Amino acid sequence: MASIHTSENTASKKPKIIDHAYIWRKIRLSWELYALLALPVVWLLVFQYYPMYGAQIAFRDFLPGDSMWHAKWVGLANFERFFKSVMFVNLIRNTLVLSLYSLAVGFPIPIIFALSLNQLRPGFFKQTVQMVSYAPYFISTVVLVGMLLQFLALRQGPINLLFQALGGSPIHFMGNADMFPSIYVWSGVWQYTGFNTVIYLAALSTVDPALHEAAVMDGANRLHRIWYIDLPGILPTAITLLILNMGQVINVGFEKVFLMQNPLNTAVSEVISTYVYKVGLIGGITNYSYAAAIGLFNSIIGLVLLITANYLLKRITHTSLW
Amino acid sequence: MIRKLAIRPTYRIRESRVDFIFTVINNIFLLSIFFVILYPLVYVVSASVSDPNAVAAGKVWLWPVGFTTKAYQRIFEYSRIWTGYANSLFYATVGTFVNVSMTVLAAYPLSRKDLFGKNPLLFLFVFSMMFSGGLIPFYIVVKQLGLYDTRWALIIPQALSVWNMIIAITYFRTSLPHELLEAAQLDGCGDIQYLFRVVLPLSKPIIAVLSLFYAVGHWNQFFTALIFLANKDLFPLQLILRDILVANTVDPSLYEDAKTMAAKAGMRELLKFALIVVASVPVLAIYPFVQKYFVKGLMIGAIKG
Repeated sequence: MASIHTSENTASKKPKIIDHAYIWRKIRLSWELYALLALPVVWLLVFQYYPMYGAQIAFRDFLPGDSMWHAKWVGLANFERFFKSVMFVNLIRNTLVLSLYSLAVGFPIPIIFALSLNQLRPGFFKQTVQMVSYAPYFISTVVLVGMLLQFLALRQGPINLLFQALGGSPIHFMGNADMFPSIYVWSGVWQYTGFNTVIYLAALSTVDPALHEAAVMDGANRLHRIWYIDLPGILPTAITLLILNMGQVINVGFEKVFLMQNPLNTAVSEVISTYVYKVGLIGGITNYSYAAAIGLFNSIIGLVLLITANYLLKRITHTSLW
Repeated sequence: MIRKLAIRPTYRIRESRVDFIFTVINNIFLLSIFFVILYPLVYVVSASVSDPNAVAAGKVWLWPVGFTTKAYQRIFEYSRIWTGYANSLFYATVGTFVNVSMTVLAAYPLSRKDLFGKNPLLFLFVFSMMFSGGLIPFYIVVKQLGLYDTRWALIIPQALSVWNMIIAITYFRTSLPHELLEAAQLDGCGDIQYLFRVVLPLSKPIIAVLSLFYAVGHWNQFFTALIFLANKDLFPLQLILRDILVANTVDPSLYEDAKTMAAKAGMRELLKFALIVVASVPVLAIYPFVQKYFVKGLMIGAIKG
């Protein structure tokens, strides 16, 4: 150990010179750590990086059964076809509507809930509310959509039964394309608000109680203290999350949208991820290359958005993801 | 009483009129959110044990009407549900074991500041979170490796979540004192031995959190099974649930003894409610016991994020 420390010191004093012998000794000394890492790195290369390399089929005319690397090179033809197709504008619009609507509603609600919850003294009520609010997070997407279909059913769904009991007429929720985004977003609020509150509660727990005590001395009421102490206390966290979520707007998860789709709402419910699945993996004629091109387009836009988001984050909060 | 007063912060005692009104409104607000979240869950449970006619007529609001366990009896006699349950249990246990092992194997070395090449390696992992080749190449690779339509297709391609790995790295970095490693090294303890004899015994909370996240993920997983499995005997519960709950293809043998069309329809809906309960109970039942770890794990993630 001692010898390593001294050599480390000399190395740091002369940073320009690359001491190969030293580096090799360091690597040799910690061979056990590399041995531990070997399996995860192999997994990473096979299941994450090899598919990235395979994404080149987006530039080829690949048919199932072909070798990935020898199919005919067609350049940007698949991308051009996608940009010119009617689906392009549709998919982008549907994807953005769902993600921006989710963000507009799903961003402020956990903040309000956390501020409100933070006003409670620790005890049975607070604990119960928190525990119940996390519960929907553990329900699977299939079950959630199953519940939505049961609750919103035209004939026996409790919501329509309530409308009828109040003298209204039943609404065909799942058959109405205009309602699709709202059903998608608000059921997401039901499922994830509790979960998303945790991070804000963590930030609120770091607010110095002395600030509150001083504010009370100066005659501030609870609303004042929320506005002038708690809210600024969680603002950095909130801004960070907002920017990060902005970096994700092109990625709308597959499962929930796919499960909520029906022939009556596909005009608004087809998003990039579900379309890639349909073009590439189901149906009579699967078109791997075309689907791969759409997927790659999505990944690239996602990466650009994330880098932009991180740049903004650095400018605004002086923190960064990497 | 005196002691209680002493620990209370002073501002609690001098609560003003505005604050009192605020507290009342705030409590009403939280109570209403509490009921909005809880109500659908209670309704599903109540409906699943109610008389189908009462559910269809809108007589069930909160508590069961005309208690019956018929739907549950049918479900437990239905072999596809049992196959799905057994498969999901397999994916959740084996998958979680693989996940947690891989996460520790990756996270511990990367948490060591003295690891040469730590930053490029970490970047290799993190970059895979930000960019991917997309679904189709991933699918082709899994197929080329011969995993298609095998149980391993649901376990090996998802063997590691980089996000969970970062949580584990944060835990190892912040919770293990550096002196421990130095002392062990002085005693001639190698890195692998150190991981198994010192790090793991000290890492029970993080292992609990990782296990919870991974296990819930496996239990609820639907997409990977949808694209990689064709053999119905391998289907996890969620795929079978999809057929019944979402695609509305309920096996007629489950309700054919009902006399009228209306009774059949009622029984079919009842089965769905019962199925929602049956599928969600395992996860929701474990959750209160691990809640402590769950919140802790999220906090660790929050520090980094």
